[in-house]
Amino acid sequence: MSGIALSPTRSTLRRYLSLALVHAVLVAGVVFMLAPFVWMLVTSIKPPVEIFTAEISLWPKQFYALQNYGMALEKAPLLRFALNGVIICGGILIVQLLVAIPCAYALAKLDFPGRDLLFVLVLLGLCVPVQVPAMPLYIGLAHLGLLNTYFAMMVPFFISVFAIFLFRQFFRSFPDDIIHAARLDGMSEFEIVWRIVTPSAWPAIAAFCVFSAVAHWNDLYWPLIVISDAKLAPPPLGMMFFADAEAGSNYGALTAAATILTAPLVIAFLIARRRFIDGITMTGVK
Amino acid sequence: MAMAALATPASFASVARRRRWIERVTGLGFAMPALVLLLLTILLPLGALTLLSLTNYEFGGTDMDWVGLKNFQRALADPIIRRSLVNTLVYVAIVVPGGVLGALLIAVLVHRRKQTRSFYEVIYFLPVTSTLIAMATVWQFLLHPSLGPVNALLKWLGFAPVAFLSEPSTALATLAVIGIWQLLGFNMILFLAGLTAIPRDLYEAAEIDGCAGGIDRFLTITWPLLGPTTMFVLVTTMITAFKIFDTVAVMTRGGPVGSTEVLLYNIYLEGFQYFHTGYAAALTFIFLTFILVFSVMQTFALDRKVHY
Repeated sequence: MSGIALSPTRSTLRRYLSLALVHAVLVAGVVFMLAPFVWMLVTSIKPPVEIFTAEISLWPKQFYALQNYGMALEKAPLLRFALNGVIICGGILIVQLLVAIPCAYALAKLDFPGRDLLFVLVLLGLCVPVQVPAMPLYIGLAHLGLLNTYFAMMVPFFISVFAIFLFRQFFRSFPDDIIHAARLDGMSEFEIVWRIVTPSAWPAIAAFCVFSAVAHWNDLYWPLIVISDAKLAPPPLGMMFFADAEAGSNYGALTAAATILTAPLVIAFLIARRRFIDGITMTGVK
Repeated sequence: MAMAALATPASFASVARRRRWIERVTGLGFAMPALVLLLLTILLPLGALTLLSLTNYEFGGTDMDWVGLKNFQRALADPIIRRSLVNTLVYVAIVVPGGVLGALLIAVLVHRRKQTRSFYEVIYFLPVTSTLIAMATVWQFLLHPSLGPVNALLKWLGFAPVAFLSEPSTALATLAVIGIWQLLGFNMILFLAGLTAIPRDLYEAAEIDGCAGGIDRFLTITWPLLGPTTMFVLVTTMITAFKIFDTVAVMTRGGPVGSTEVLLYNIYLEGFQYFHTGYAAALTFIFLTFILVFSVMQTFALDRKVHY
């Protein structure tokens, strides 16, 4: 009732007030979200004298970016860490797709003995995080003399049961008629998978690529176990080595290093914003 | 004529048989690499882990004896393991409500914005893509007792400085806040997808029925219809939070005085630093049990979603 009694100016006022409140909450959240990024960038261009004061200032009096970034790059092979990250993510992703796509197609469209059992195994695999098989895998790799290799870092992730599950859902809705027609045209199953079915599932594949790259670029647990050679370290492990070596004393160089190692994914995200967000939605909600 | 009429069904049958045979062979062939990898990297290690958990094997050692369930008994009685389990659950108990309700609030507020929506989306999502280990170093500096801006702000507001990460009473909660910071945007995106799926005319209908206020609208339409999404987000957040490792390994290493020792960190220490392989295998099974319980809840959540 009171809503009707309100005069138009008062209701507009109320709308503006609630809008202001909404933005106040959101902006408070934004400050919390952005604070580490802002502080990282600001610190990475400050000289030590300004870092080691208790004053809060968002801009350096003396611009010290060259020295900090130079020192970070000189003391730690940051570009090497980033390159390792690219190699590992790329290697994992390629094998994951090569293994998961045919398997998902077989599960979705072909009738073969043991299909249901395989699907049950895939579903069970979804519940087993890498930390569970980690120790036997470590022992096995140690016996094979494969610790401290790119292969060791990638091998547990070659099979992504999640990719198989996701792609199977997509392939199932692919029309059977088209597959039959392709078979009548004399196409082999191999061609059907890679030239007809795979392109149709492009949104799911792109979503999975984003998911996989983010996960493995940022993974620490497994590389920490199998890698002790700093030359092979992916970004998180490299950052950890560097932070340990600096022991929290050189914040300028540390934040510069953090900026360099965080930048590739963040920039990729800012460029392909929609892809990332759609990808997370799709892989999250299924 | 008669011969042709006889031959056609027969050759059809043989073509169909041949077709089926090809299908079975290709199916197996396509599934084979996945099956082999599944065996080598998940199933065999799980079997090995089961056997190891029944022994006193230490990696690098030469002798090994069967000890039955001793490792499990020891783990359940071990005060360090109990404490790390309690710490993990406390961490989950902070991150889950914070990360889920916070994300829900932000999603509801962001959902109705038109011009500013993508701006907020990008900023809240930024921590999800950033490398947590690198950002952990920055957080350490932000929260530094004497040099960090957070404490400078507290002092300016007239509060006593807090040594967030070196004080046993605050360290775990501080890590939980960082955990929330990291996954808030992820959950927000999931909630936004759920909100988009709610038909607009429902809100209009509610308005006609006298549900005018924002809170009314939320309680009568948004919350019930968002139920399945909430359930899903809840369980994924529980699993993610239960696997807390990175921030502990980089920022506190279980300290101060064990206040941030969590289950996965203890498994890492026992298995890969002290090489108590048999014991760590038993601990891994305790870890897996929790993950499986959460996963079962997830299956139920997904089921509800299908029927709904």
